[in-house]
Parts: sequence; structure tokens; C-alpha cells
Amino acid sequence: MVRAMQLTEILDGILKAFELIFSGNPRVYDITLRSLYVSAAATLIAILWGVPIAMFLGLRDFRGKLLVKSIFSTLIGVPTVALGLILYLVFSKGGPLGFLSLLYTPTAIIIGEAILVTPIVVSFATAAIEAVDREIMNLAKTLGASEAQASLAVLKEALNGVFLAATASFNRAIAELGVVILVGGGIVGWTEVLTTGIELETARGNIEIAIALGMILLAIVFGINLALSLIQRRAIWAAPSS
Amino acid sequence: MGSTIELRNVTKVFDGITALNDVSLQIRSGEILALLGPNGSGKSTLLRILAFLEKPSKGEIYFQREKVTDKNMLEMRLESTMVFQKTILFSTTVYNNVAYGLKIRKIPKNRVDEEVGRAMRLARLEGFEKRQAKELSGGEQQRVALARALALNTKLLLLDEPTANLDPKNASMIEEILAEANRELKTTIVIATHNMFQAKNLPHRIALINDGKISEVGTSSEIFGKFSKTLASFAALENAFTGNAKVTEDGTTSVDIGNGVQLVASAQSSGLVSIFVSPEDIILSKNLIISSARNMFKGKIVGVSDLGSIVKLQVDVGKRFVVQITKRSFNEMQLNVGSEVYMAFKASSVYLA
Repeated sequence: MVRAMQLTEILDGILKAFELIFSGNPRVYDITLRSLYVSAAATLIAILWGVPIAMFLGLRDFRGKLLVKSIFSTLIGVPTVALGLILYLVFSKGGPLGFLSLLYTPTAIIIGEAILVTPIVVSFATAAIEAVDREIMNLAKTLGASEAQASLAVLKEALNGVFLAATASFNRAIAELGVVILVGGGIVGWTEVLTTGIELETARGNIEIAIALGMILLAIVFGINLALSLIQRRAIWAAPSS
Repeated sequence: MGSTIELRNVTKVFDGITALNDVSLQIRSGEILALLGPNGSGKSTLLRILAFLEKPSKGEIYFQREKVTDKNMLEMRLESTMVFQKTILFSTTVYNNVAYGLKIRKIPKNRVDEEVGRAMRLARLEGFEKRQAKELSGGEQQRVALARALALNTKLLLLDEPTANLDPKNASMIEEILAEANRELKTTIVIATHNMFQAKNLPHRIALINDGKISEVGTSSEIFGKFSKTLASFAALENAFTGNAKVTEDGTTSVDIGNGVQLVASAQSSGLVSIFVSPEDIILSKNLIISSARNMFKGKIVGVSDLGSIVKLQVDVGKRFVVQITKRSFNEMQLNVGSEVYMAFKASSVYLA
């Protein structure tokens, strides 16, 4: 039944939300931890395959480079529901990867989000690598570095940009709904995350749980941004490894 | 004396443009060799080939009598290092910058500390270890780059115009450090420069390079001691002129370089001569000043190039001179293109060849 909400109901919801958060409600904790886990895993995967792509794009010259770069930057704006639908079809029983039985599992959410944020990682990291002085590579070589070690030296100079890419990717992943609901299904206790939880509980009329989850989501996004910008300020530059 | 590195008939072509044309050159162990030539003469390309950053299009390179191939190039690179004209530093502390090459060579930590300490002392950078390299002044930054190269104690040290962007004080400090490194570590040094004075004082031998070819190789007195056609053709060199010289009554030499410009030199010479005046030796003022300088001209600033802490000015006094002053003086004197200025330099600052 649809009805307009009263202000008192909203205030009441906020109070109850605090109660839920601080009383250690198991469902709220379960959802929060799963959200953090799938978003972090997706970001990590996107970095693992996205940064090498960015290094290739940033350090090499080849025909069609501009095209590849603009494809990645266009993909940042892909409608997530469309991506979710494609992945749903790929993972569903009759789909090409149906035999893996991944549909409606946390793994499917991780894969979906990783694909979703990869263009962000690639575009941001490529820009950061391109901004590094090209002579850094030659400098490292004259100091004895191999091709791989010299590339690593460039990456270290671009580390701030890679951090920025990671932050943006994590924020995008944790705030994602379309892909998550299509490939994860929002199954309570199994694939439910903050965004699907908010959607589900709002529809059910459990406004206090929805508000609690919403506040946690915002707190995480703010918290992560704050922490990363603090880390970013310190020069992170470990010893050259080989 | 054996040779550290030898080029045999090396040609380098970039996109159809020949940067080096059939260059053969032997660099002797323990010497300081200057590659002297104007901008665009092929100096940098030659250095990059010596640093094994570029492969020759044609010709062969021998490093300590061993032929350099694709296979042993990385190994060879460990025995040579380069300091670039534009100071390039890693965004980290001075210590990490200087230690980079040692860590790449997997040298144990205590020896890294030792070598870094030695290089820092040599580069007069003691106490700078924990500072962020990029926050230092221009001169200090170039000394970090030099220390980073010296720490490796390689057989060959290559420098591309290492003092071109520095003020005179820092430039001469770098030259002293290089001389010391050569004397004490027996490092073979190749230094590319377009600065006649650097080429004259520091190195044991000079190779003149122009249009991708080495035209003459010899000691400083061999190159500067006679009227060198190649030297005279280096029109792009700063404050290099040719003119008619005659010895005057007071024992100095008066040189007419044309357009009514007469220079006084303390050395004696006559006939057709090449002369050079170092841009750092010229004093600039807005008003006529009484001084002991024998050369005093009134002119107009026709060009300004900002090099960070220093500014290079082109002053037209009938002939164009390059004058180098600090940014601070430049700002304080409120100079600009079109400003009328007086420039003065001593007779002993005029070098005759």
C-alpha cells in the first residue's frame, strides 16, 4: 500500500536506525560486511587487471591507442542495468557460463562489479601514468633497471593517480544497485548488500532498517574517502623490487 | 691507456632524419671527454647511444673490448650511467633517489648506506638524506641526480649539459665534483656541452660535433690553440665571434668583431681570431657605472629566456651577446625585452683562439 510518509515516522526511523546499528543487529552487520567484502574484492580484481592495461596504454605507442582509450572512458558511463542484464544472460542456466552456477552468488556480484569499475581504473590510471615524465623510464634504465623495473618506477610515480582510481572504483562498487540485483538477486542472508537491502526494506515498509543501511553506506563512502586522501598525502614509495 | 667504449662507424636515423652520421670515437679509460657542439648537433643522441638507451641504426659499439649486442645490453647498462640535462628525480627522499641504482643491483643494505653516504659527501649533500628530493633548489636537485649516478661507481659516467640550467655557483660546484670523481674514482666521464668554457677547463680531450659528425678530436690546446674552422662555424654557440685582432700600446689586444663593436682582450694576438665571452662573466646594469672592466657597451634587451633560478638575456650592442643573471636580479632591475642596459666585462674574460 502506497502512502505518504509522516515526518514523525522518518524521525522515528532514524532513531530506530541508530538503535539497530549500535545494538549490533546481526542482519545489519551481515549486510555491511558483505558489501565491504564484495566491493573490495571487485576493486582489487579491477586493479589487478586494469593497472597492467593502463601501463600498456600509458607507456606504449601503437595504432588505435586513442580509440582504445576512448572506448574505456565511454564505458565509464555504461548503463549498469544493461551490463547487469548481459551478465545475467551469460551466467543464467542456458548462458555460455551457466555451467559454473554463478548466478545469484556473491562471486557473480564481485565479477559484475569488477567489470563495471574496470574502465574507471584503466582511464584514471592511464591518465596518471601518462602524466609522469617520460624520461623517468630512461632514467631508471641508465641506473641499471630492466624494462620491467623501469615500468615499475613509472608506476610508483603515478601511485597517487592509482589511489584515486581505487577510491573511485570502490565508491562506485559499493553504491552499485543495477548489476548487483540482476546477478546477485538480493537474497537475504546470501547475496544481500547495502544497496539491495535499502531497496528491499523500503519496499517492505521497514523504513528504520532502510535508513540504518543508508547511513552505514554513506559513512563508509565518507570514511574511505577520508582515509585514502590521508594516505595519499604521504609519499608511498617503497624500495624498488625486482 | 685502454679504451672504455668505442664507436665504430655509428649512424643513427630517426624517422628518416640522420642524427648521427658515421661516427667513430674512442673514449679512453679514466679520461674526461667533452662533446662540444651547438644544440641539435647530435650530442644527445650520441650520449643516449653511449648509455645504451638507443641502438645505432648502423655501426658497432665495443664496451671494454666486448661487442655490445641485444643480449648483453642490460649487463652493459649496469656499467654506465647518465645524468640528464633536465633534472629528473623520483618523488621520494634524497636517500631513496641516490640508493635507487644500488637497490636495483641488489647490494646489501649496509653497503647501500655506505655508498650513498660516500656519493652524498662527494656531491656536498650531507644531511639532505631525509629531505624530499623535489622540494630542493634547482642546483641541489641536479647534485642529487649527480650523486645518484656517482653512487653506482660505474666505469662510464655520461652527462648531458649538466650545468645548462644552473646558476654559475652551482655550475662550478658540479664541475668540481666531476673533476673530483674523475681523480679519485677514476671514472671515465663524457660530458655533452655547448659551453666553450666548460669544454676548455674541465676535460682532457674535446670532440667537436656538428651536423651529426665528429669533425675534430683533440686536447683543449689542440682544439682552442689554433683557428678552428669547425669552432668558428658553431654559430649557435653563445658569445662566439670572429674578428680582426691587433695588439695595442698598453699590451692588450683590440678585436673588431664588426658592426662597430671593439672588444679588449688581455691575451695578445693578431690577425683573424675567434673569441668567446662567457655569459656568466658579463655584468649588467641599468645605468652607466664606473668600473675597472675594460669592455663596456650600451645595448638593448632583445630576448629573455627563463631557466628557473637564472635568466638568459640576449643583448644587442651591435652584436648580440648572451648574458646570464639570476632571476632575483632580473626582477629587482625590472628588466624586459626593450630595456636599455649597459653590459661590462673584464679584458681577462675575453677568450681568444
